[in-house]
Amino acid sequence: MSFKSRTGKIFSALTLTLSLLGAPIAQADTTLRIGNQGEPASLDPHFLSGDWENRIAGDLFMGLTTEDPEGNAIPGAAESWTVSDDGLVYTFKIRDHKWSDGQPVTAQDFEYAMRRILLPETAAEYASLLYIIKNGEELNTGKAKPEDLGVHALDDKTLEITLKGPAPFLISMLTHYTAFPVPKHIVEKYGKDWTKKEHIATNGPYKLVEWLPNTHVKVTKNELFWDAANVKIDNVIFYPQEDAAALIKRMRAGEIDCIYKFPSGQIDWLRQNMPEETKIAPYLGTYYYPINTKRAPFTDKRIRQALSMAIDREIIMDKVLKTGELPAYSMVPPGTSNYKEPSYVTWKSMPMADRITKAKELMKEAGYGDDKHLKVQLRYNTDDNHKRIAIAVAQMWKKIGVETELFNSEVKVHYAELKQGNFEVARAGWVADYNDPQNFLFLLESTSKSLNYGNYDNPEYDKLMEDAYLESDLKKRAQIMGKAEAIAMEDAPIIPIYYYVSKNLVSTKIKGWKDAINDTHRTRWLSIEN
Amino acid sequence: MLNYFIRRVLASIPTLLIVITIAFFMMRIAPGGPWDKERSLPPEIEANIMKAYDMDKPLVEQYFIYLGKILVGDFGPSYKFRDFSVTDLLMGGFPASLQIGGMAIFLAVIFGTLFGAMAALRKNSAADYSVMTMAMTGIAIPNFVMAPVLTLIFGVYLSWLPVAGWGDGSFQYKILPVLALALPQIAYIARLTRGSMIEVLHSNYIRTARAKGLRERLVLLRHALKGAMLPVVSYLGPATAAVITGSVVIETIFDIPGIGRYFIQGALNRDYPLVMGTVIFYGVLIIVLNLIVDMLYGLLDPKVRLHD
Repeated sequence: MSFKSRTGKIFSALTLTLSLLGAPIAQADTTLRIGNQGEPASLDPHFLSGDWENRIAGDLFMGLTTEDPEGNAIPGAAESWTVSDDGLVYTFKIRDHKWSDGQPVTAQDFEYAMRRILLPETAAEYASLLYIIKNGEELNTGKAKPEDLGVHALDDKTLEITLKGPAPFLISMLTHYTAFPVPKHIVEKYGKDWTKKEHIATNGPYKLVEWLPNTHVKVTKNELFWDAANVKIDNVIFYPQEDAAALIKRMRAGEIDCIYKFPSGQIDWLRQNMPEETKIAPYLGTYYYPINTKRAPFTDKRIRQALSMAIDREIIMDKVLKTGELPAYSMVPPGTSNYKEPSYVTWKSMPMADRITKAKELMKEAGYGDDKHLKVQLRYNTDDNHKRIAIAVAQMWKKIGVETELFNSEVKVHYAELKQGNFEVARAGWVADYNDPQNFLFLLESTSKSLNYGNYDNPEYDKLMEDAYLESDLKKRAQIMGKAEAIAMEDAPIIPIYYYVSKNLVSTKIKGWKDAINDTHRTRWLSIEN
Repeated sequence: MLNYFIRRVLASIPTLLIVITIAFFMMRIAPGGPWDKERSLPPEIEANIMKAYDMDKPLVEQYFIYLGKILVGDFGPSYKFRDFSVTDLLMGGFPASLQIGGMAIFLAVIFGTLFGAMAALRKNSAADYSVMTMAMTGIAIPNFVMAPVLTLIFGVYLSWLPVAGWGDGSFQYKILPVLALALPQIAYIARLTRGSMIEVLHSNYIRTARAKGLRERLVLLRHALKGAMLPVVSYLGPATAAVITGSVVIETIFDIPGIGRYFIQGALNRDYPLVMGTVIFYGVLIIVLNLIVDMLYGLLDPKVRLHD
């Protein structure tokens, strides 16, 4: 062997070793590696509360309806359904399909699951989403028996759901994990341990391989999934890492393929260096400031209106956020289903200078001016953007003679105080659980105790919302809710700041990715090209 | 020696009880609860959950329920990670933290004492100054700066090592986190060793040893280094406890499945049982390691004798 070829061999061995150390080894199977930004609390659909959990659960389970690539509801475990004329009774025909252990998925599994999540002893955080079902709330508060719940398996393949009032959003809501089925035969056998990898059975496109806490959740294709032929990616690994800067480095090094929710702070660098991977799209959520309507002087509508008017949202979007968020002038974001154009504040198109003048007038009428400044405490929870927005807002309020004290606390403390009404003006946000205006507007009902932070209480508003619950005609329902929103915007118990956008980084080798208004991107629609 | 050991173990029980009591009540004084979050729960749901975790009972009663449970080794369920008990989480995470931390401490002791002793022997030389400059730099650069720089160089630009992750737990995933964790410790131990070594080299017993005509190498290894290790050993007790229970920063940046992040996650989530679990775990570890340090002292320092 000549010296040269030996050196060559050593050299190539060395490069090979180094490349083995570094880049992941090419696999015959395709694997999607997701920077999921959060450790799931559970794999049990009844114990979830976050979008990072939804991403995993939605690959494992499938509700009666499911999401298409753009997040719209399409038939899932139910292949079809009929609705009674009054819009109260839905009858679903369950698709002929199996759990990953080979047992058939039955209507009884759904009946069992919906009763289970609503049982008080299950202590499910998200159970209230199913209060729309007849006796749902009663069961959850111990006032009804499981059999009273308006969910009944008529036979193995027919499920009947009876509602409290017509809810046109039901079909969209049923894509939510609270409505996922659980395998009755396994949950009953193993109890709390049913989600362990040796027990769990799933009816979605994937099944669990392993969950190593704080390492990853790995799932693999479920060959028994009814549409398995069209599932292109073999494995999915969800990494819980929360450090977004580290995640972006991992993506650059080719260790992961997509990151959900990158931080705005990185946007300039990303636009420059990873423009094709950066996906920004409208998202069903509103960032707003509730005002404590029970605390003087914020009981005065004029002060609340003035505070809202004086905020130049466009400046916040352009100079602070810079990630394409849209300035908000309503509670319900535009593009929400079952609605018309949102009812914006009346001064939406007024030039900023006129708005300041008008706001000053309102403040004067309320008894404040140059000689008497209004003092406001603005609370926000720890986060760079919340802070930057609050500082900008404080500057804008200065123009109408308002002195702002900024008050920061960690998220737990922040919401504990909001719930108890210990605030004047505070930061809050809401992302919809299902695509319907009701999911935003219910926040301001006087009965919505824990979420109506500012304790807004207008009987007229409540009455309209009540009417909307009973209205089965979609057009009329939209009109009624539009009226309610207009009233709320005039009363200004909240200051809408912006409508959220989804911010994801997706490798260019992932195909089939589409913008989705609820930011739900199920793996079954994606594929990987090398 | 055995009596001393038993007495120390017994004496640690009240210490631990005090730690548990203070932690239990302090944690509850902190504002905000486990279920206060971005999306507040409806009151009826919160009531269901409080009931499921005995949190509807008076605080003192909860305290005694908790004490009763830990006596039988039940540290309770995690409020946040509902599929796991606190014991599952801590036992699942400890191996990773122990490996990373153990390797880092091992490296730190070897290289720290080596550099420190070298610097002491060549006091005020160029070698001394360069070791000490590096040590100061090592101490001054926080690991949340060091770790991203290491990943950027070796992971992103050179592609030699994974940027983060644990993979299958193979060695390549551990190199950067161990390095990032060990560097400041090496620096600190080097400084400690240098200081005490210089002091020891001036002491009477070293002069005696030299006067007896012992070879310089024996003087240094058998006598000087043994004496110089004393401050390092007492530093190693708490340092080892801190390093092997995981570093939040390192574990977060490198996405290591250790227990370090539970200290922070537990506190931020108000996951009371997890906070208590980590406090007790850390407390026991400190007590054990301090006991080991004290016993090592008895071996290293003739002036210290452990009395029965």
